[in-house]
Amino acid sequence: MSILLDKKTRVVVQGITGGEGSFHTKQMIEYGTNVVAGVTPGKGGQKFEDTNVPIFNTLAEAVKVTKAEASAIFVPPSFAADAILEAANAGIKLVVCITEGIPTKDMIAVYNLIKEKNVRLVGPNCPGVISPGKAKIGIMPGFIHKQGKVGVVSRSGTLTYEAVKQLSDLGIGQSTCVGIGGDPIIGSRFIDIIKLFNEDSGTEGIVMIGEIGGSAEEEAADFMKKYVKKPVVGFIAGRTAPPGRRMGHAGAIISGGKGTAAEKMAAMKKAGIHVVESPAEIGITMKKALDKEKKKEVKKKISSVKKTVKKVAIKKVLPKKKISKKK
Amino acid sequence: MKIHEYQAKETLKKFGVPVQDGIAIKALSEFDGAITQLQARGINQYVVKSQIHAGGRGKGKLYNPNNREELIQEGGVKFTTSAEKAKDYASKMLGNLLITHQTGTEGKIVKTLFIAEGLDYKKELYLGILLDRSVSKNVIMASTEGGVEIEKVAEETPEKIIKEWIEPSVGFQSYQARKIAFGLGLKGAALKSFVPFMMKLYKAYEETDASMLEINPLIITNDDKIIALDAKMNFDDNALYRHQEISAYRDLDEEDALEIEASKFNLNYIKLDGNVGCMVNGAGLAMATMDIIKLAGGEPANFLDVGGSANKETVANGFKIILSDPNVKAILINIFGGIVRCDRVAQGVIDAVKEVSVTVPVVVRLEGTNAIEAKELLENSGLNFEVASTLHDAAKKITSVLSMETVN
Repeated sequence: MSILLDKKTRVVVQGITGGEGSFHTKQMIEYGTNVVAGVTPGKGGQKFEDTNVPIFNTLAEAVKVTKAEASAIFVPPSFAADAILEAANAGIKLVVCITEGIPTKDMIAVYNLIKEKNVRLVGPNCPGVISPGKAKIGIMPGFIHKQGKVGVVSRSGTLTYEAVKQLSDLGIGQSTCVGIGGDPIIGSRFIDIIKLFNEDSGTEGIVMIGEIGGSAEEEAADFMKKYVKKPVVGFIAGRTAPPGRRMGHAGAIISGGKGTAAEKMAAMKKAGIHVVESPAEIGITMKKALDKEKKKEVKKKISSVKKTVKKVAIKKVLPKKKISKKK
Repeated sequence: MKIHEYQAKETLKKFGVPVQDGIAIKALSEFDGAITQLQARGINQYVVKSQIHAGGRGKGKLYNPNNREELIQEGGVKFTTSAEKAKDYASKMLGNLLITHQTGTEGKIVKTLFIAEGLDYKKELYLGILLDRSVSKNVIMASTEGGVEIEKVAEETPEKIIKEWIEPSVGFQSYQARKIAFGLGLKGAALKSFVPFMMKLYKAYEETDASMLEINPLIITNDDKIIALDAKMNFDDNALYRHQEISAYRDLDEEDALEIEASKFNLNYIKLDGNVGCMVNGAGLAMATMDIIKLAGGEPANFLDVGGSANKETVANGFKIILSDPNVKAILINIFGGIVRCDRVAQGVIDAVKEVSVTVPVVVRLEGTNAIEAKELLENSGLNFEVASTLHDAAKKITSVLSMETVN
């Protein structure tokens, strides 16, 4: 199983004829994503390169004709907020916004407008979503992934690839990997994605990769402490980052002494998460955690088998009287 | 992007926000002209304010930049009723090194002064506007505890901070401004002038795409006027493209020379104090690589994100920038090639090392598409690379390289 996205999900690409958009659309199709349409205003009626994917002028038209349900946004930052709203208003259920550099003011308006709608936004400024072996919406390299049962959620791009590669190399596949993005305002936070992983029967463990800045990791830790029984491995990037300096991502800044790695790691440890000090340990720690779970299960099974054996044994020696009573 | 106090006041003034009057000067020769102008406006007491991109100026100390032991003056903000005295203060600030609790021991050279009107006031308040990330809305924070460090107030007496969140669909409302005013205990004329003040201030924040606006202190003068005595504004870099007048305020003197150089090549570089330079693609992985360096016994000398296209040019420029920091004793290159092919990155690294004379040991870790070919290229290059295959391996190689350095 997977969350958000599978083989059947009908995907439309906004900005399909742009440099990034066309390159990654080809990659997505190659991976097996069901790309049903593209949108570029003014290029409606054409087909996408040498494929049969139709291009539309508006998203509403694309949805009407192709019944697209998820969208990938590759438009420039000054048009991205508009593109998200267009998707939300056209009835798209999942919007994945890859675009980097959208002004915060635009995102405040968009976030609060679509909050009430039945749409999930992932990103902006993110690598996207992939359900390995099934489909991907985004820019992540497909080949490092492996189909399986660990959910990955992360604020960064290449660091997520790093973690995924470690898992795959150890033979641990992933159910779905979600890059939620590094901006101060993002559509889906850790807690939203972790809820989905928690409910997904095909996800047996969760890897959560955070960064300095904000308090989303603490929020998620709070939730996990109460509701998540699956093993979780966590890492926070930026322990060595100095306060007041923005570390590349607009959201990664320690301000007023808040949002430090130490605070986040403490909150996560308290919630029972396996917090790793080194990013090189993410894979192996998950492996150990999963092995432990397996042992626990085997133990449970053995003890339940033992119990039934005992019960059977007891039944056998039960005096006939009692049995007849039951009748 | 950060701007100076005098620039923030210029900006606020455009929105009709009452601010402390004053004139910015860049040389002592401009001082007399500024004072004459202020006097012509009926001003007869003055504040001389150092303009640097850091707080704590009032309590900061000025030193001789050529001899950091020599204390020139205590206080980077000075009040006086004498024009002569003001000039003396100005002469002791301009060109000297101001060290405050926010500048670190390096300090900042004062290159601009704001010669401002000295105001008598009966109350100091605090006002701040910024994004509350937990609810994805802007929030206005106000407190009666003006003039002091607001972080302290927030920590020790959080009940003294009033907060109002702004609903983006309708914007800031006057009932909210009234709520803040009453919360601050304002009365009479001060109460009346606070509401329009607050509305204009929020408008300035919103329309300039500011990411932070702080007035500390906001004062109530003896004749019940509300005036921004200080002003601090930061702006969203992503929105600068639509604010040329703000972009023009950029002061390169306030930025690190290496960081400016890096930004010319689209490299995201931040200088730090350590001994191991690093070059990484992606901000998250770059931070994680810095953490690995620390765990391996080193200290990161920088943050450097080369972005999506790690080719020969970006890598060569990265090397040049990292190596211009004399503290760098080793370099770790960590590139996760997803869409970019590792063998191409490897060739870029080889060419760059040949082009830029790299004298410190270089640990290279390339992962992703064609990683094996990349490894072979590096190993057969005849150059002195330490090639690592995993992140774990890279950490170990950094540790061994560093221990060799200390032996040498």
